[in-house]
Amino acid sequence: MGTYVLRRLLIAIPSLLGISAVLFCVMALAPGDPFGELATNPNVPPEVRAALREKFGMDDPILMRYWHWLVAMLQGDWGFSFVSRINVDTLILQRIPATLAIVGLSQILAICIAIPVGVYSATRPYSIFDQIANTLAFIGFSLPTFFTGLLFILLFSVKLDWLPFVYRSDLSATGLQWWWEQFKQSIMPICVLGFFQAASMIRYVRSAVLDVIRLDYVTTARAKGLGEKVVITKHVVRNALIPVVTLVALQMPAVFGGAIVTEQIFRIPGIGSLLISSILSNDTPVVMAVTFVFSCLVVLFNLIADVLYGWLDPRISYS
Amino acid sequence: MSIMIVVILFGSFVWKVPINDIDFRAKLSTPSFAHPFGTDDLGQDLLARMIYGGKISLAVGFAAMFVAVVLGTIIGAIAGMSRGWLGSFLMWLADLFLSLPQLPLLLVVIYLFRDSLKSVFGPEGGVFIMIVVVIGGLRWMPVARLVRAQFLSLREKEFVEAARALGASKTRMVVRHILPNALGPVIIAATIDVAAAIIQESTLSFLGLGFPPDIPTWGRILFDARDFLDIAPHWALFPGAAIFLTVVTINFIGDGLRDALDARRVM
Repeated sequence: MGTYVLRRLLIAIPSLLGISAVLFCVMALAPGDPFGELATNPNVPPEVRAALREKFGMDDPILMRYWHWLVAMLQGDWGFSFVSRINVDTLILQRIPATLAIVGLSQILAICIAIPVGVYSATRPYSIFDQIANTLAFIGFSLPTFFTGLLFILLFSVKLDWLPFVYRSDLSATGLQWWWEQFKQSIMPICVLGFFQAASMIRYVRSAVLDVIRLDYVTTARAKGLGEKVVITKHVVRNALIPVVTLVALQMPAVFGGAIVTEQIFRIPGIGSLLISSILSNDTPVVMAVTFVFSCLVVLFNLIADVLYGWLDPRISYS
Repeated sequence: MSIMIVVILFGSFVWKVPINDIDFRAKLSTPSFAHPFGTDDLGQDLLARMIYGGKISLAVGFAAMFVAVVLGTIIGAIAGMSRGWLGSFLMWLADLFLSLPQLPLLLVVIYLFRDSLKSVFGPEGGVFIMIVVVIGGLRWMPVARLVRAQFLSLREKEFVEAARALGASKTRMVVRHILPNALGPVIIAATIDVAAAIIQESTLSFLGLGFPPDIPTWGRILFDARDFLDIAPHWALFPGAAIFLTVVTINFIGDGLRDALDARRVM
């Protein structure tokens, strides 16, 4: 198992390198200059500007610059935010727990909804329950997250006044009270993201279970006299989950995209809203770093999916 | 769906209220006879603005789909026909693009290239071209994989063999014989791509980074309405419902096409 994980890790490295290359190319191809601001500043003489360009290697060939950038990123030297005047890595480390909590919890919520509903509707295809679940799932993944978010705010915060619609990281309460407040302010973003994910997952789970349930080994298990419950949970679901895991991993980029939108709606101080605000204030180092962190997160979740895959399907050899 | 398209295309001839007509007396009014969908905080008529935004959304959706399908078909066809390293390299590239976080990348590209394109093509055209190219350019991978899979099986079929025996060139074989047979799944993917592109465009506008503020796309109207949810819910509800209805119908068509073309229906 250990070597398997290690191998997957090693496979992830080229894809990270590829992503960083794409990002760097976008950045290098972009018009405009990080020193453009200095050029318009009359207090900076041209010699100083030239010296700065020299120092930061702006005139080197692109491969050299990529190499320098990569080395700096690996050493943890992520640059300096133009706007908030602190190091980019501290800024991101401050923001990342909120994002991870929201994304993680919403994934768990989605799985908790999607697997039971998908399995149940696949065991009774074309029943009333199946049709209702299918319709809801269809509506669910056609509703963009920003619209569901606004609807939730309208319903629960404005009309019913149950939940706060602005996420605060500086809650004054302590102890149980703090957890309750935290729960109240997180539930809407988590539900918005979770429902969206669950909707597409239900469809995957349903079709995967439908594919598996017709196989001969399921009939064998039934013929052995196993209860329907055991057949479904032990024999069908485990096998059906294998393709689902792959599809969920492929969805990860979309999930993080949704997280950016939700963070923006509910004003959660995560890295998604950091990205938006730094784009709006032209804070290039932060923008590049956050995008890179997002790519790393996507690769990380793909890695987790791979490991899960190996656990679900013992036929995959670990060697 | 067709009703929707008709309304969006010809609505501006019927509903002649200009989109920028500011009327503070009718500010934030709820739906009424004069303004069927109500007005926003400057008293601008929402129906007129939504018809205008719908044109943009549909145009972006179809244009981005076109870019994605053309790019995907070309790459998939090359990958499917080549027997050497080129095919596996292109598929590796597709996998790489699939694991890129699309929305952040989209935002970054728009952030970096916005100003220069604006100066070349003007504010509206520049942003339109960029959004279409970027959304389409990040969505070619599923199409490429589909096309490649189709090509791999089709290129061994007898009719291709026959065409080759008749002395058809490689290009003619691909364009006249293989490609038409590979297009079924591509059409389904293209339908779904339109919906996805519309959602992405509205997401961008909703984040305040799409079209310039004076162009009312559906996402932009939602973005503006966000701060007035408590006093003017209709302002957010109508554009949101419009996005939702469009996407649902397009997805529905895609689903129906899949059921019609895919004989593997269960039970």
